[in-house]
Amino acid sequence: MWRYLIPIGVFAVLAAFFVRGLSLNPRYVPSPLLGKPAPEFELPRLKDPGQRLGSQDLNGQVALLNVWATWCVGCRQEHGFLVELAEANDVPIYGLNWKDDRARALGWLSSLGDPYVASAFDELGEVAIDWGVYGAPETFLLARDGTVLYKHIAPLTREVWAAEFVPRIIEQCGGLPCPPADGEG
Amino acid sequence: MIPELGQFALILALGLTLIQASVPLLGAATQREDWMALARPAATGQFVFVAVAFLALCHAFLNDDFSVRYVAMNSNTALPTAYKIAAVWGAHEGSLLLWILILSTWTLAVTVGSRSLPEAFAARVLGVLGIVSVGMLVFTLLTSNPFERLFPAAAEGNDLNPLLQDPGLVMHPPILYSGYVGLAVPFAFAVAALLTGSLSSAWARWARPWTVAAWMFLTVGIALGSWWAYYELGWGGWWFWDPVENASFMPWLAGTALIHSLAVTERRGIFKSWTLLLAIAAFSLSLLGTFLVRSGILVSVHAFASDPARGLFILLLLSVITGGSLILYAVRARHLTVEGGFRLISRESFLLMNNILLVVATAAVLFGTLYPLFLDALGLGKISVGPPYFNTVFLIPMLPLAVLIGVGMHSAWLRTSGESLARRLALPAGVALALGITIPWLVFGRASALTMIGVSAGLWVVGAALLEPVKRVLRRGAAPMPLTRGQWGMSFAHLGVGVFILGATVTSSYNVETDSSASPGDRWEVDGYELVFRDIRRIQGPNFEATEGEFEVRRDGRLVTILTPQKRVYRVQTSPMTEAAIDVGWGRDLFVALGDPLGDGAWSLRVQVKPLIRFIWLGALIMAFGGLLAISDPRYRTKRARQEAALDPQPAESV
Repeated sequence: MWRYLIPIGVFAVLAAFFVRGLSLNPRYVPSPLLGKPAPEFELPRLKDPGQRLGSQDLNGQVALLNVWATWCVGCRQEHGFLVELAEANDVPIYGLNWKDDRARALGWLSSLGDPYVASAFDELGEVAIDWGVYGAPETFLLARDGTVLYKHIAPLTREVWAAEFVPRIIEQCGGLPCPPADGEG
Repeated sequence: MIPELGQFALILALGLTLIQASVPLLGAATQREDWMALARPAATGQFVFVAVAFLALCHAFLNDDFSVRYVAMNSNTALPTAYKIAAVWGAHEGSLLLWILILSTWTLAVTVGSRSLPEAFAARVLGVLGIVSVGMLVFTLLTSNPFERLFPAAAEGNDLNPLLQDPGLVMHPPILYSGYVGLAVPFAFAVAALLTGSLSSAWARWARPWTVAAWMFLTVGIALGSWWAYYELGWGGWWFWDPVENASFMPWLAGTALIHSLAVTERRGIFKSWTLLLAIAAFSLSLLGTFLVRSGILVSVHAFASDPARGLFILLLLSVITGGSLILYAVRARHLTVEGGFRLISRESFLLMNNILLVVATAAVLFGTLYPLFLDALGLGKISVGPPYFNTVFLIPMLPLAVLIGVGMHSAWLRTSGESLARRLALPAGVALALGITIPWLVFGRASALTMIGVSAGLWVVGAALLEPVKRVLRRGAAPMPLTRGQWGMSFAHLGVGVFILGATVTSSYNVETDSSASPGDRWEVDGYELVFRDIRRIQGPNFEATEGEFEVRRDGRLVTILTPQKRVYRVQTSPMTEAAIDVGWGRDLFVALGDPLGDGAWSLRVQVKPLIRFIWLGALIMAFGGLLAISDPRYRTKRARQEAALDPQPAESV
């Protein structure tokens, strides 16, 4: 009587899916922005609230946009590596200081070093919502025309940099360093 | 030293469990009394050593022994003592030890409660429970040892996850696990019945009180979890259809179906293979939940820190236990005979419909929970399945179920006259429908079709559940036969379902929710309540700092209450936590949660008025109370069970 075999059959199919599922990472969600133009933004600069930082400052160069905050533990973890990257001067790094306190953020940069060409101050997190940020740190790689080439969630490490960022940058610029096209910074 | 003793006790427990899982089963197969007799002492010894291990871990927490890795990761000297105890099961390793402790407690209870059963059958039940214990103990010792040392010892602990530092969460895991793990008992009875290969359905009678007991714990545990999510996660929802919640809800649905089909199998000797399958399914869904929660295979807000190696091990365990029992089922179930038929309008057929609907609901929840995994595994993309899916597919089988509950309760075994059924139930049905349509309009001034259906269904179930008890009480003395405890239990459990339906419907339909920004000194109105933001201040807790807002709530000028929601930052883990302030009431809850500072002294606030939300948890408690009444029925404690089983494989009708 075959019908008594149905339960074990159903279970076997489920178990096969589970085996497959164990090697997948459900937390990895590709950004819907990949390959699309990055959302326009304009915000006060962190260091000089009178000045603005926006999409037109980033356009024309291959650049990183790093979402950070002083309350974010992962940001502290990746900060040393960001400073190192900035010293190598391969690509300009812009910061998006997210839901933070201006005084605390400035203190963080002066004590840990400032890898950013400039940081935008997104106190209410409005720009971060447009960009689909759901946790700090996140790092976006942007092409000269403002297209999102890649997005990394979690602290940026040397391994991730070498595996995911460097090949994409070389593809865009033909090599490293990849200086800004118009020398603005 | 004491942590090592704990680990050693765990290893000894494993040794005894290996005996418990093998010798009695072999003894039952070869009819060797002395081998079968080993089951009870081995199970008792297992319990003792697991308890020693558990106490050793408690000792390490109470003494801030940060040389134990698990303690250092999950406790802190400043943690209040009650939470140090709760921290024992606050993360993966310790909660697994709690799982095992609870399993060995159930096993111990079975050693006592199975004395009146045939020796071979009891030996098989304990042997099957032993197999489950072996799996979990090996899992703990190999992949998740809570006693692992940390060298050098930490000076201070990492503290317990702030989300878990809450009175509700102290009780939630032990009670929920008691339910989860308790389903291992009916599972063991079912497998023992399959192993015996006997045609009798006596096992169903023996398994019934155990199933109801486990179901009771599961009901209360889920309700506690929902209550905790309501006030602690800070946004006032009471059910999120999160994979972890679904993991506890699926065994509940299957367990509820099992309780009903056990009744049919015991009383009428039919649905035999179906009941066996449900018993296997209910416990398998518990194990599946354990797998989903601990393997990281699905995204959830409150999954444990996950590890693919652990996931693989539980999957292996699941395959052995579920796969093994289903193969046994495939081999043996075909030999089961049907002992009788029934008419279309009879209690049997209503219970059959109950089972179909509950199983459909379980399958729908299972499918929705696993759907993201299916798509991802097939390379079809990443999605998440949210409440709109679950609310819809859950409601479709539940509405007819609500209607059937009332009819099923009042129908008799074998056959019922549709006419007399209609005569008895026409009045309650009419009243429920009339009130369900008019009350929402009278009280709230507006009602959607779904609201009126929901309120009518809730009132219908409440009315149908109370009909018989009220009649008996009114005709006290004249009544020919008083209700048995079992019947009282059934009435109460169904009353709980009705109360729950009312609460869930009214809360979802008439919940008023506002997000606003306010500064101290502001006053504004929400749903007839006037709120005054009086003050905001900083306060110090034992292991956290908090910003506390003070709100005056007035209605028609009179002060209703003063609410003080907090925004806490725990010192060690520095994660912000929202502590909502709630004014609790039978008719409604008033809920204020403090959001983020918006600058210039303004704060974002969420204010909610949630009518009848208490009915949701009250309903669950009433259901559980019904279960308690049912297992206290003296008919489960007859010493004659053994003789009866020998003489008459199908117990006589008693009601």
